[in-house]
Amino acid sequence: MSDPITQPRLGLVGWLRWMWRQLTSMRTALFLLLLLAVGAVPGSIWPQRSIDAARTATYIADHPKSGPWLDRLGFFEVYASPWFAAIYLLLFVSLVGCVLPRSKVHWKAMRSSPPKAPARPARLPANGTFEVTAAPAAVVDAARETLRGSRFRTVAHDETSVSAEKGYLKETGNLVFHLSLIFVIIGVAIGHLYGWKGDVIVPVGKSFANTLANYDTFSPGPLVDPASLSPFELKVDQFDATFEENVTGRGQFGSPRDFTAHVTTKATPDAPAQKATVKVNHPLEMKGAGVFLLGNGYAPVITVRDAKGAKVYSGATPFLARDNNYTSVGVVKVPGAQPEQLGFSGLFLPTATIGKDTGPISVFPDLKKPALALTVYEGDLFPGGRPQSVYLLDTAKMTQLQNAKGDPLRIWLEPGQTYQLPGGKGSISFDSVARFAGLSIRHDPGKFVTLAAALLALSGLIASLVIRRRRVFVRVSPGAVPGRTVVTVGGLAKGDDDGLQDVVDRVVAALEARFTVDPDAGTDPDPDHDPDPDHDPAPEPEMDSRLDARG
Amino acid sequence: MTNESLAGYANLSLYSAMAVFTIAMVCHAIYLAALLPARDQLRGQAVDRDSELVTAGAGAGSGVGGPPLPTRPTEGELSSRARTAAGIAASTTWLGGFLLVLSVALRGLAVHRWPLGNMFEFAVMGSMFTVLAYSIWSTRRDLRWLGLFITGPVLLVLGMAVAVWYTEASELMPSLRSYWLVIHVTVATLATAVFTIGAALTAVYLLKDAFERSGRASVLDRFPETPAIERTAYSLHIVAFPLWTFTLIAGAIWARQAWASYWNWDPKEVWTFVIWVVYAAYLHSRATSGISRQTASFIALAGYACIIVNFAVVNVFFVGQHSYSGL
Ligand code: HEM
Repeated sequence: MSDPITQPRLGLVGWLRWMWRQLTSMRTALFLLLLLAVGAVPGSIWPQRSIDAARTATYIADHPKSGPWLDRLGFFEVYASPWFAAIYLLLFVSLVGCVLPRSKVHWKAMRSSPPKAPARPARLPANGTFEVTAAPAAVVDAARETLRGSRFRTVAHDETSVSAEKGYLKETGNLVFHLSLIFVIIGVAIGHLYGWKGDVIVPVGKSFANTLANYDTFSPGPLVDPASLSPFELKVDQFDATFEENVTGRGQFGSPRDFTAHVTTKATPDAPAQKATVKVNHPLEMKGAGVFLLGNGYAPVITVRDAKGAKVYSGATPFLARDNNYTSVGVVKVPGAQPEQLGFSGLFLPTATIGKDTGPISVFPDLKKPALALTVYEGDLFPGGRPQSVYLLDTAKMTQLQNAKGDPLRIWLEPGQTYQLPGGKGSISFDSVARFAGLSIRHDPGKFVTLAAALLALSGLIASLVIRRRRVFVRVSPGAVPGRTVVTVGGLAKGDDDGLQDVVDRVVAALEARFTVDPDAGTDPDPDHDPDPDHDPAPEPEMDSRLDARG
Repeated sequence: MTNESLAGYANLSLYSAMAVFTIAMVCHAIYLAALLPARDQLRGQAVDRDSELVTAGAGAGSGVGGPPLPTRPTEGELSSRARTAAGIAASTTWLGGFLLVLSVALRGLAVHRWPLGNMFEFAVMGSMFTVLAYSIWSTRRDLRWLGLFITGPVLLVLGMAVAVWYTEASELMPSLRSYWLVIHVTVATLATAVFTIGAALTAVYLLKDAFERSGRASVLDRFPETPAIERTAYSLHIVAFPLWTFTLIAGAIWARQAWASYWNWDPKEVWTFVIWVVYAAYLHSRATSGISRQTASFIALAGYACIIVNFAVVNVFFVGQHSYSGL
């Protein structure tokens, strides 16, 4: 039997300290970074509910086995899932735990002078030795001057040496970079808590006032008061759309080329009106929100009359585009129709054809040959009074009208045409076509924090990668011949530094230029004799990245 | 309106560049092949294992001791065949680079816009940056040994551009009409070019390292020392990484202009972020004790694999707002 290995017992505090040291180690940071990269990928593969809820629902319906499981594991909401949050929160805890102590160390290092020169600078990774005819003190002075001229911080710890260091900004840059990343996250958090976003469809000729009730969809952050939105107004006067008609290559014909919404705005209901335009890439900045043109489409102007010819519905009715040629779907709800409520549902086609396999479809996005293809339902439009989408017909309590042969009634209308509904139910007219602007209105109070932090991070990063932290030591000793002085220069750098020898060579050249050089010398005067073995240049922990990177 | 004849000349210039790069690639290969026989003659000669890559004036003799190994030949030791091949390779690489500049410029003039509107155009400009960066860098260092690993992939990408990603010259869709296109996409393309050279060096490093461990002789023995290749790869990555960081920030600024929110977790954004994180991990791994340079290099190559996915897969197959592949 072997003795059980006795382990030093860690108390609770000991364990916590051990865990904290593990969490803030470079190895853990590296692991968490790689994990963050891997964790972000699923969100690009599976549809995300927050981006495209409809596609997500379709995906789950199409994959009855795996779909619900993926959903439970958060694969359709990766960036809001607990496991993704765990990765980045751990990473940032690790970051703080790593960077704050380093900042303290660096703060001290910046205010202390370079360390004592090693006894034998010639043993440093970059070095040079030469002999001059001059007094040691003169050489030391010249060395200090030269190094100071190259913006080194210099100090002479004794009469025969100079220690010099520069590149403190490298570490400063590194710390600024890491700390800025925290502020990037803070900015994102501010945006999530206090920001809001709403979408609204505004047909040409219509106005929009910025209150909650007017939005088609509105998603506020948890700390937003929806009653306090800035009270601006906006009217869409005109909407221009152009599509590619000249180039017929693959993927080009019919591509959108330009969208412009011409609007009239008021900062408050009583303020003077101002003309403006909103274009893709050119948002309109209103007080308290940005207005973005994210969508557009057609709103056919439709009039429904009852049997006596009185208008029961009239207006530009937005139909939502379903493909790149604006085959658009929409509904017309006529609660005032008699004897029963009427609902029309179907397609608007800017350039209509009826394909053999596809049925009615649009073949070009612009208005070349517009048509409406509709079917009709009668009954209860709002069963149970439940809230419902304006773009969908709830047909649970409705019946579809049929033609004489018993097939569903299909209505085909071109602008200016009117269709008489059978059985004295009235008529529907397609008067004209208006375009609509799909506006997204957004308020993000954190965006400037994030931007400033990101730019600061970038400058810190550049500083930390470009600047070299270097130490140069010069030591003089009497030469073999009286009146001569042997000068050794050594250089030490943090991490890889291909240019270090150049720096040492330049110092050597500058000193040689100032004195009479003895051409025979140029090696360590007495390689076997070490005057001060205790002061050998063991790399300073702080200068060797392998040592200060804990792990 | 696009100018069809200018676009035609742009394509002509591109095809010429590809023909010229084929010559360059063959000559780079001949150069490498010509390095081999000289090896036997070299055996037993005094060896200086320091490479020219480390630095001019680096302390001599760091590799002294141990059996003499075949190493980088000095200019005098190169066979005349090798020298001729390398000369032709260098000049054709330059010529191909200029033809790509011409092609990009003509394409831009043909469409009256910055020629970075679809995958085809990214591929051509990315290749242009890669070749120019390599050629300019070659004027300061002997990089002939790397030429095959640059011209080969460039030719492959141009082939893909012509055969798979080709898009007729045309104007841009509205979401791409922004000066941020010029800023964001140009820097992204430049960063990709530098990452490409970095990845080529990293691959050469890992290959050479594997050969050295197995003790097998190869033409890689005539390349610079493995640590020097690895350090050079690192120095390229630290140029490319801030460029990529800038790309990420500029992309976010543009996203706020075009899509209302600076970050939407669109697949293209996700992958740009993933690439950034993987390369950050690479820089970390290089500074972490106990992580070998080989492991770090594999992380760098993983980053490059993500760049390839971001370009060739995400653009074409993933559903998102970045629908500008032109396909
Ligand atoms: C959000 C997560 C992080 C990111 C994106 C990140 C990124 C980077 C990058 C790009 C560098 C290279 C720049 C340079 O060398 O100065 C770097 C360096 C460094 N990082 Fe991080 N980092 C993160 C978290 C951390 C954490 C948690 C730690 C501590 C455990 C850490 C410690 C360091 C250290 C010590 C260096 C300097 C390496 C050297 O001396 O070369 N980082 N980081």
